[in-house]
Amino acid sequence: MIAPLGLGLAVFYLWPIAQTFYFGFTEWGPFGGSEWTGLANYERLLADEEVWTALRNSIAYTALVLLGVPVAIVFAALLNQRRLRGRGIFRTVYFLPVVTMPSAVAMLWQYLYNGDFGVLNQLLALVGVDGPSWVSDPRTAIYALAAIGVWMAFGYNLVILMAGLQNVPKQLYEASAIDGAGPVRQFVSITVPMLSPTIFFVSVISVIGTLQMFDLVYLMMPAGSPALPATQTIVHLFYSTSFVRNDPGYGAAIAFVLFVVIALLTAVQFRIQRRWVHYV
Amino acid sequence: MARRLSCLITGAVVATTMLSGCGGGGTDGGGPVEISYGIWDLEQQPALEQAAAEFSKRNPDVKVKIQVTGWDEYWAKLKAAATGGAAPDVFWMNGPNFKLYASNGMLLPLADRIAAEKVDMSVFPKSLVDLYTYEGKSYGLPKDFDTIGLWYNKKLFDAAGLKYPDESWTWDDLRAAAKKLTKADKSVQGIAAELNNQATFYNTIAQAGGYALSPDGTTSGYDQPATIEGLKFWTDLIKDGLSPTQQQMTDSKPVEMFESGKVAMYYSGSWYATRFNKNTATKDTIDVAPLPAGRKRAVVTHGGANVVFAKSEHADAAWKFVRFLGSKDAADIIGRSGAVIPAYAGTQQAWIDSAPQFHLKIFIDQLAVSVPYPSSKNTAGWMDEEPKYLSKAWTGEVGIEEAAKDLAAKMNASLAQEK
Repeated sequence: MIAPLGLGLAVFYLWPIAQTFYFGFTEWGPFGGSEWTGLANYERLLADEEVWTALRNSIAYTALVLLGVPVAIVFAALLNQRRLRGRGIFRTVYFLPVVTMPSAVAMLWQYLYNGDFGVLNQLLALVGVDGPSWVSDPRTAIYALAAIGVWMAFGYNLVILMAGLQNVPKQLYEASAIDGAGPVRQFVSITVPMLSPTIFFVSVISVIGTLQMFDLVYLMMPAGSPALPATQTIVHLFYSTSFVRNDPGYGAAIAFVLFVVIALLTAVQFRIQRRWVHYV
Repeated sequence: MARRLSCLITGAVVATTMLSGCGGGGTDGGGPVEISYGIWDLEQQPALEQAAAEFSKRNPDVKVKIQVTGWDEYWAKLKAAATGGAAPDVFWMNGPNFKLYASNGMLLPLADRIAAEKVDMSVFPKSLVDLYTYEGKSYGLPKDFDTIGLWYNKKLFDAAGLKYPDESWTWDDLRAAAKKLTKADKSVQGIAAELNNQATFYNTIAQAGGYALSPDGTTSGYDQPATIEGLKFWTDLIKDGLSPTQQQMTDSKPVEMFESGKVAMYYSGSWYATRFNKNTATKDTIDVAPLPAGRKRAVVTHGGANVVFAKSEHADAAWKFVRFLGSKDAADIIGRSGAVIPAYAGTQQAWIDSAPQFHLKIFIDQLAVSVPYPSSKNTAGWMDEEPKYLSKAWTGEVGIEEAAKDLAAKMNASLAQEK
């Protein structure tokens, strides 16, 4: 029964992972053909400032996007109120960014963020603030991208969290109401603990997903953007190393570093979960 | 059957639309042969379809199928397809990628066929013939070329009471005009100092007597004083407020700033002639002049070529088609479309006439002072670093001298890897 799935996994996941690991120890010609170079790529990587900057950017971006999870939890609880009118409309609206093509998203936000005539700066001008070039200024760009990341992931997280809320027994809320708990107290003492397995799932998936962010940098940072060094993610660096600069062997080594980082962070999260996740 | 199967497998592995070479017959005998032709410009497709139809009329045994892939994906897809042995039979090549493909045996050497059929190569600009020569052998027939001009907004020049640029202009004239054209509130600025090697700084580097890549293709020129002088030309314009900032030019495209009259002058290529001619905002209000001279006159030229895939199964038919594309008849068809300047000598008039209100002839006249667009075995390996290092100087974060020297070090490391 598991054979088709196992075969797919082996062909499309496990084999490429093994291949990538192998190619990390080779110098690879632009048209195939590789030559074993041992640890040369990894030695170069350790001394390569660009790799560490990109890794820092990826981690910073991930941390910022994770800030959206608590907000999603609150919204999920609010949208779960039976008394709320137009719940379906809200859910649809929040889910729209998830199913929108990243290139369309990037274009839209470029209009919003444009330094000279972007909507955001026009609004700021009304209150007398002279806004920066949000995505082209190295000081603000990572926050600008993270805001888009939050916005894009929000609807997905919301759907998962709302599904989790369906499993919280109503009796708990009724009992706590009799004991005099208000909505805030109910949220803190019942909703969050009961939802913790779902929250854990969302945060693991978010970390894995956002560490692999590539599209926003690729679409919003044209060559020569002053903000590129401050926003280039590790996957974007992997892409330009392998496919633009024609150095796929070194690219494979970079990709493998990311693989290790993701594996480590996920393992850490599984370690910590014992302290805060309640499986009923 | 086995060959079919391997084609299928290759096709599945190389998930790309650039499949070809998996035709039926196998020999160039039974029925018409179909060859594929890979290009990246939608705008040139109609003219090339016309050329292909004309070719098939003269050679009923060969059909041509044109495959357009957007510029952004063209090279990634081509590399994957070539690796899998499934690149188009004939495709467009450019300078930066030529040596990468030629040195890896991906292109069919055409030298012997050129000699055997006595093809006259002197009808093409020499710099382009040289560009597509590797280790003394020709690998491609030039198809078109471009040079750079100084596009300017006549309305803004009139409003500032300035004479239009002409061939007597030097860097100093340009700076003086930019000062006069820049309004105090920056609603109009003199020029867009775009960070674009081909359109801007390669030209001024050559005009200052410097170079980005040494003529023998082994070392970077970014640590040479003359090269830095050519770069400083642009960073000074930004520093003096005569150009929008690098951040503004990242947020909005400089060409759009020029079209909307926010900047009065714009260094860019002949490739914009069609676009400016179609745009009602620029059609009658702009014109173009030769580039102002620095220590000397110079302009960067680059052009594409048609090449044959080394593993093409229909090499003879592919060569026949490439040869036709390099003929005067094909150049006339392509020139009439106005999309590009055909490379074949004497066929450029149709292109010049395609937008008679612009002085387009300057693009062809400047060939006399042209320098080729640099290329090494792995051009992208160092060219990709240029904007990263130079943008720090364009924003003023670091001095141009420091940025250029850092770039030189990085570039030399990349060139050393080419072996």
